Amino acid sequence: MPAPHDAQPAAGGSGEARATGSTEVPRAGAGAGGARDQGAAGGSSSWDPGGDVIEVLRAPAPGPAKGTWRTFVETLRGLGTVFGRFLEPKVTIEYPEEKTAVYPRFRGRHKLHRFEDTGLEKCVGCSLCAAACPADCIRVVAAENTPEHRVSPGERYAAVYEINMSRCIFCGYCEIACPFDAITMGHDYELSDYDRTDLIFTKEMLLAEPLERTPLRNEGE
Amino acid sequence: MSTLALVGYFEPWWVQVIKAIVVFAVGLQLVPLVLIAERKLLGRFQGRYGPNRVGPYGMLQPLADILKLLTKEQFRPRTSAGLLYALAPMISIMTAVAAFGLIPFGDVQDIFGTKVGLYGVDVSIGPLYLFAFGAIAFYGIMLGGWSSGSKYSFLGAMRGAAQLISYEVSQGLALVGVIITAQTLSLTGIVRAQAGMWYLVPQLAGFLIFLTASFAETNRAPFDLTEADAELVGGYNTEYGGGRFASYYFAEYLNVVVVSGIVTTVFLGGWLLPFGVHPPGWVDPFIVLFKMSLITFLFIWVRATLPRLRYDQLMSFGWRILLPLATLNALVTAIVVVATH
Repeated sequence: MPAPHDAQPAAGGSGEARATGSTEVPRAGAGAGGARDQGAAGGSSSWDPGGDVIEVLRAPAPGPAKGTWRTFVETLRGLGTVFGRFLEPKVTIEYPEEKTAVYPRFRGRHKLHRFEDTGLEKCVGCSLCAAACPADCIRVVAAENTPEHRVSPGERYAAVYEINMSRCIFCGYCEIACPFDAITMGHDYELSDYDRTDLIFTKEMLLAEPLERTPLRNEGE
Repeated sequence: MSTLALVGYFEPWWVQVIKAIVVFAVGLQLVPLVLIAERKLLGRFQGRYGPNRVGPYGMLQPLADILKLLTKEQFRPRTSAGLLYALAPMISIMTAVAAFGLIPFGDVQDIFGTKVGLYGVDVSIGPLYLFAFGAIAFYGIMLGGWSSGSKYSFLGAMRGAAQLISYEVSQGLALVGVIITAQTLSLTGIVRAQAGMWYLVPQLAGFLIFLTASFAETNRAPFDLTEADAELVGGYNTEYGGGRFASYYFAEYLNVVVVSGIVTTVFLGGWLLPFGVHPPGWVDPFIVLFKMSLITFLFIWVRATLPRLRYDQLMSFGWRILLPLATLNALVTAIVVVATH
């Protein structure tokens, strides 16, 4: 029978006494079927747990010497370990001053993108992101581009593009659905506000660069 | 009327009044220090900073805590027993301060021509006085738990009562060895008797037993069963809030300071320095405070290390291990003292 590494075999020990003390419960080592037959033949009214009984392995109860050793020497060892932690550097990240660095693929607040050369918006107002959104938090109202008023290179553009951040679950399906990579998940995670209506992000807010860049960490860190 | 206890040194009445004020003021200042030290050290033991927002290095945190508690409503559960409910925290705080008055911070000093003992009072029954007030302090816990009219408070108080009674015996017996060796009950006398060697060395077993029992007496980890949050919400002070809770809290930490002071006085040679160094008299209180801070550090260190005992473990440890050891220690000391004299 496999025993825990530090558990010595009980020398005429308490483990044996505990097992034999309960006569009603068959030993797990004995065949469960045999025990059940025996119970039926004997006409015993007690419930037969059958094969559900498992034997709990216990370390032998410590004697006086080992008990004293455990009380004092092991306590001292524990004190030493704790003092070791005292000398180690602290792991606290002091949040408002010091921000947790995120991985490059972290899914934070969304960003809308423009073409870098022309400055036109990548979004063509197709509403595929809104269709993909499981939380139903994206609202897109498309409008026609005209030669005088050209916002995106496509036929149409998003006249209204709103994301309700209090509903968003940051699953990233919008990013996957977008055929033009117009919307991606950014790195900002500080999205608290005092008013729910302030959490509805408009197109201008999503297009703008974040006020403060979230620190990034490398894959190895 | 017969004399109950002799007072070691008589001072003019105005010195006594000033000393009473100073003892209370010093005790009042030590408790916030212990509070911030505990939270800071627990933080360091767990790899974090601890409070560091209020004031420089978070040093004003206890002030903020106390102010918060004192400005809260003094509520009272409908099932509570009015007068006792208000009285219980007062008993706790009074007994803690009374015990603090006994700790000697130095010998009799000549301050501007007036002879002043650097302690609240030096009675000829020092340890008995301490244990008497320890026993009254238990009323503070018991009455508080009972008069709250809440089962959690009551269970916490019952545990506290059983624990205090069990460990007070061992604590007292651990001191008997020292008293036999010093042949005096005056705490300053015990300190003076340690001029050759601190009782830490010859009474090492007594020191360890006393320290262990003191953890239980002050309801500190690993014996903090009276306030086992997981089982009892908060223990005997569950129903208390605001200033009354602050009183309990204050008494608890003042008890830690008092026990540190007693250990310093009885086992660590009080204001004495080893190797025959005799600094001027004004250094004595700082020596005592330094030694007390070491013991307080040990209290916090142990709290960060050991998990809480189960109730039956607590009882069996107190009665089956600590009490026989303490009895044996007192007996062996008595035999050795009789044999050598």
